[in-house]
Amino acid sequence: MTAPAAPAEAELNARFEAVVAAQERIEPRDWMPEGYRRTLIRQIAQHAHSEIIGMQPEGNWISRAPSLRRKAILLAKVQDEAGHGLYLYSAAETLGADRADLTRRLISGAQKYSSIFNYPTLSYADVGTIGWLVDGAAICNQVPLCRGSYGPYSRAMIRICKEESFHQRQGYELLMTMMRGTDAQRAMVQDSVNRFWWPSLMMFGPPDTDSPNTAQSMAWGIKRHTNDELRQRFVDMTVPQAEALGVTLPDPDLAWNPERGSYDFGEPDWAELRAVISGNGPCNAQRLAHRRRAHEDGAWVREAAAAFAARAAGEEAP
Amino acid sequence: MTTHDPAGDQESVYAGLLGDTDASHWAFGTGFDDPLAGVDTAVPDGVDRADLAAYCLMLGDDALVLAQRLAEWCSRAPELEEDVTLANIALDLLGQARPLLARAAQADPGAVPALPPGSPAPPEDALAFFRDEPGFRNVRLVETANGDFARSTVRLLLFAVWRLALLERLRDSRDPVLAAVAAKGVKEVAYHRDHAARWTVVLARGTEESARRVRAALEAVWPYHDELFQSHPVERRVAAAGVGPAPEDLRAPCAAVLGEVWAAAGLAPPEVPGLARVGGRAGRDGVHTEELGRLLAEMQSVARAHPLGSW
Amino acid sequence: MTTEGTAPRAAGDWPLYEVFVRGKRGLNHVHVGSLHAADDTMALRSARDVYTRRNEGVSIWVVRSDLITASSPEEKDPMFAPSGDKVYRHPTFYTIPADVPHM
Repeated sequence: MTAPAAPAEAELNARFEAVVAAQERIEPRDWMPEGYRRTLIRQIAQHAHSEIIGMQPEGNWISRAPSLRRKAILLAKVQDEAGHGLYLYSAAETLGADRADLTRRLISGAQKYSSIFNYPTLSYADVGTIGWLVDGAAICNQVPLCRGSYGPYSRAMIRICKEESFHQRQGYELLMTMMRGTDAQRAMVQDSVNRFWWPSLMMFGPPDTDSPNTAQSMAWGIKRHTNDELRQRFVDMTVPQAEALGVTLPDPDLAWNPERGSYDFGEPDWAELRAVISGNGPCNAQRLAHRRRAHEDGAWVREAAAAFAARAAGEEAP
Repeated sequence: MTTHDPAGDQESVYAGLLGDTDASHWAFGTGFDDPLAGVDTAVPDGVDRADLAAYCLMLGDDALVLAQRLAEWCSRAPELEEDVTLANIALDLLGQARPLLARAAQADPGAVPALPPGSPAPPEDALAFFRDEPGFRNVRLVETANGDFARSTVRLLLFAVWRLALLERLRDSRDPVLAAVAAKGVKEVAYHRDHAARWTVVLARGTEESARRVRAALEAVWPYHDELFQSHPVERRVAAAGVGPAPEDLRAPCAAVLGEVWAAAGLAPPEVPGLARVGGRAGRDGVHTEELGRLLAEMQSVARAHPLGSW
Repeated sequence: MTTEGTAPRAAGDWPLYEVFVRGKRGLNHVHVGSLHAADDTMALRSARDVYTRRNEGVSIWVVRSDLITASSPEEKDPMFAPSGDKVYRHPTFYTIPADVPHM
């Protein structure tokens, strides 16, 4: 038997591009351009890190949830985020990444996570607002990823999006319940929406004019819509929900534009987004320190389990 | 005949795991509606309502306070998988606390703290969030601080071994609510017990560091163990009424289970007496450690700031 | 240098396991993802917690990823590697001692 000659890279690349163009899935053992693999690892890792860091702002309120039902819902939700992080690291690992290494890159600051989680949660209403706006924005970002070109990632996203829609509903339901409560609760909801509206819009990333990697990612089927398209979709979806809730979105420029069939809205403070992304957000240091501490405090446990497993394997072997 | 559809298979695994409309999988163990729905809530003849309520508070507070402690691990566990597992255990215990507190409120409405007129808080929440520390009847074991992973593991082991022995017997309780809670809880707590037992063995036989830590954990937690088996007058009376087992009866079966764990782990509990009581009183009487006050202050802060709030 | 996400394992890093779940009776086990565990027992327990939220009705298989031998998606297709291989083809799936530099 003779080994077939390795096909030339140009031919492999042509095949790869044909698969992507046909909207079929690339699977782990398929040939893929190195840039595609690297971009995907970076995107999936950043997404996974966001889920894991995202446990903290809401986790901040588990111990203080004001009813047994809300405590269970919140704990289950934050637990889901750990699960989402796990599914996503799992997808990154099919590309040859290693979770422990990605974790080290997160806590060393070499890899990023969503800037939204660098904002503080200051009242219980923030639990609802995060569900409604932050998870809502995440859904806008993520639903198209269910049709992304890389199989393991798009499959993970199917499950994640399903759970995220529950998260969004629980958040909105909490806010609706609070709006039917006391004046103090209504004020708490409005204050929370005031703080989270603009950061939610920033979750879609910088404006298209300032997003250099978008074109390549769209060509590879890793990204399906531009940042500004998704941001507009989110605003159009959210404004009627805010009206139903009875809260005011803190943007004087927000207005229906009948010609476009969309809402016009103001410009987010991109300087603030840059500050938060570059590490100067209100909670960057705190979030990373929390994650680093958990990882370091757990090292002896992980080592113990590995040592126990190694010894047990040694005892079994003849 | 059905046609084979690979894409359908791919979908169906998620369908099987997630369901399309059922939200219970993600708010695991929460029981969204009336916590006593579907259970016969008549108090059996010959059972003192105040005693039944006090007993339900004891078992409900044990679960609630330990759930609160375990939830503190959320986002801090040694590995992501363990984060998910500890949250599951906390959710199971929260799920047990809710019907137990609701039963206490229903058996003895006088036990429920008075809230301002118009407060929408259901009675189980009034008990959880508006009751002062001396009203909490949990054992001191569950309120002790988490410490490191070894200490939380040993605490969970001692608690789950005892609670499983208790719930197994409580399935035959003359109180239908307790019997229902126990029937569901046995499966859950069996899992908690196995999880803690396995980790205890792994840590004891892992590295020198982990063995040192688990021995230190056992030294620290063991003095709280005996309180689980010290009968409170309420427990004696409900045992006499066929509602719950007598605490002393659980001592031997728990010792047998723990003996297996110690043997597998190569551990031995310290030969020390149980923690002294305070003027004869301890957790079941509402006399706690200094830890519980802080735990409750945090847990109750939002609810108490908004006694008329809707959540 | 190491490429992104491909550093060798540290002492306490647990190996990767693949998880297969039978969602309900009458269906095959389907690959649902992976997780890290120190040994098989832990892998099975974690799989139950992570992928099924401890749904009692399902059946779970776990297997260490480095024990799976995978065919190429299309043996004759020039796009793919020519022979059977581990599930993952990247260097990180082969344990390299931590003191070997620049792997």
